[in-house]
Amino acid sequence: MTALRARFMPPTMPAAKSSSLLPPVGSPWADRTFKWAALLAALTIAALIVLVGWELYAGSRLAIAKFGASFFVSSKWNPVTNQYGALPFIFGTLVSSLIALAIAVPLGVATALFLTELAPQKIRQPIITLIEMLAAVPSVIFGMWGIFVLVPWLRDHLFIWLKNTLGFLPLFQGPIYGPSMMAGGIVVAIMILPIITSISREILRSVPDLQREAAYALGATRWEVIRIAVLSYARRGLLGAAVLGLGRALGETMAVTMVIGNRPEISASLFAPGYTLASVIANEFTEATSDLYLNALFELGLVLLGVTILVNIAAQVMLKSITGGGTGKVY
Amino acid sequence: MSAALFVCALMVIAPLFLVTYFLVAEGASALDWHFFTQLPKPTGEAGGGMANAIVGTFMLLAMASAIGVPFGVMGGVYLAEYGGERASNGLRFAADVLNGVPSIVWGMVVYLLLVVPFKTFSAYAGGVALGLMMIPLVMRTTEEVLVLVPQSYREAALALGIARWKVICVIVLKTALKGIVTGVLIALARVAGETAPLLFTALGNNFWNHNLKEPIAALPLQIFSYAISPYDDWHRQAWAGALVLMAMILLLNLTVRFLSRGRKFD
Repeated sequence: MTALRARFMPPTMPAAKSSSLLPPVGSPWADRTFKWAALLAALTIAALIVLVGWELYAGSRLAIAKFGASFFVSSKWNPVTNQYGALPFIFGTLVSSLIALAIAVPLGVATALFLTELAPQKIRQPIITLIEMLAAVPSVIFGMWGIFVLVPWLRDHLFIWLKNTLGFLPLFQGPIYGPSMMAGGIVVAIMILPIITSISREILRSVPDLQREAAYALGATRWEVIRIAVLSYARRGLLGAAVLGLGRALGETMAVTMVIGNRPEISASLFAPGYTLASVIANEFTEATSDLYLNALFELGLVLLGVTILVNIAAQVMLKSITGGGTGKVY
Repeated sequence: MSAALFVCALMVIAPLFLVTYFLVAEGASALDWHFFTQLPKPTGEAGGGMANAIVGTFMLLAMASAIGVPFGVMGGVYLAEYGGERASNGLRFAADVLNGVPSIVWGMVVYLLLVVPFKTFSAYAGGVALGLMMIPLVMRTTEEVLVLVPQSYREAALALGIARWKVICVIVLKTALKGIVTGVLIALARVAGETAPLLFTALGNNFWNHNLKEPIAALPLQIFSYAISPYDDWHRQAWAGALVLMAMILLLNLTVRFLSRGRKFD
């Protein structure tokens, strides 16, 4: 009996080791080294954020010490007397970005609606490709086109029409130079259109079909479906797309520098030249003659960095549920 | 109402056509052999070309890749293969924050790091500025394509007893190579057109660059300084330079599309 049992018993296995995998072929430290190398590379991201913030702060210490909080409320930018104030630039950045949003968000959302709800497949892909190509055009080329094509057209046609029809508003009064806050807003709008359109498209596509079908079932017309079922469901995501566009608009440098007129003054008129944070840094950095001048420019950069990062974080928080963390878009 | 939406879509695309039209109309006439082979002439003189700017852009992109690709790919490898849930989410978030940093801020940081200590504007500084911009981009795209490699590949390789680092290097990376190359090209297309970081790192140069420790010309820089100048001939050359730059970026994007064909688009 025992012999029979012995014949059919399964052969005894060696006792399982605590790590049940076979030891890897090759040296055991190679795995560890590779993992640490990859970790170090990944940590450079965190290191870079700290580095950027620290370097900007280190470069602006003189100005922070000298001006303190008055830097943010003073409109005097005078390199000759070493008086620096950030208010014109903060104003210029905000106004040009707001103009850009006012143009780009309606256009972008409308285009996204067109692409997701209305367009037949044959038109959809070419338009998407063209919008991605628009995103690939560098800022300096838009700026150059702005100088030679857009600004003359604005000066000779659009601004004159605006002044004649809407001249009672303080926004459209004053002399027309061509390079202006509005020109800056328009080129930035062109540059943020692709990102707003593509994020809006993703958001509109994430609206469940069930919502649309339910609205149709209740007898809504096509436009009521879009307005009630789609747009109100997607409201928060579309706001996130707008905030993301704002983040891109704030950092836009070259195109704005070339068309905004570069005058550090606050004016109520959209026809007046303006100056943004990024533009003043681009224009005056290599010509900053004194340490205080350079430090003031660094402080402007610190303000720009802080505002841009905050806006981008806000946008990502708003979009997290839709895009699963991060936009993944290059532009 | 549908017509209104269609008009909006057309208005979104219109700038692309407008810019392309003017690029070709104004720039094509200025493109000749001299443009590609000659150095810029002194201020105000007619003629000359952007040869040093074109070569300079290639050199800067090569240096940027030398920094952006290793750190970006290895970082993407960590996020995709090794990362724990929270660490990866944090790093991904950080990469997206870095993507949103304005490019001029990168220029300022590299100015403090590489220009001030060595007391010279240099091609190195320009390359480093562009490379640092590339790292988050390459990291995100690499992670995205590595995640797409089927888990069964890794498990089969590990079951055969292959070391983990070899699994990643030889099998996973090789499978995802096309996607990684695509990601690198996308990042290159993005930084090729960047002017702001180069304004105070590479500075620009009217002559050939013989030493990477000296300033170097770059196409976007040259376009910028010619466009804001008062000379008509320089304006003409700025259009031509813009056309060349746009052609380069278009070529990179078309290569990306060619490499990604067969993969599902939106």
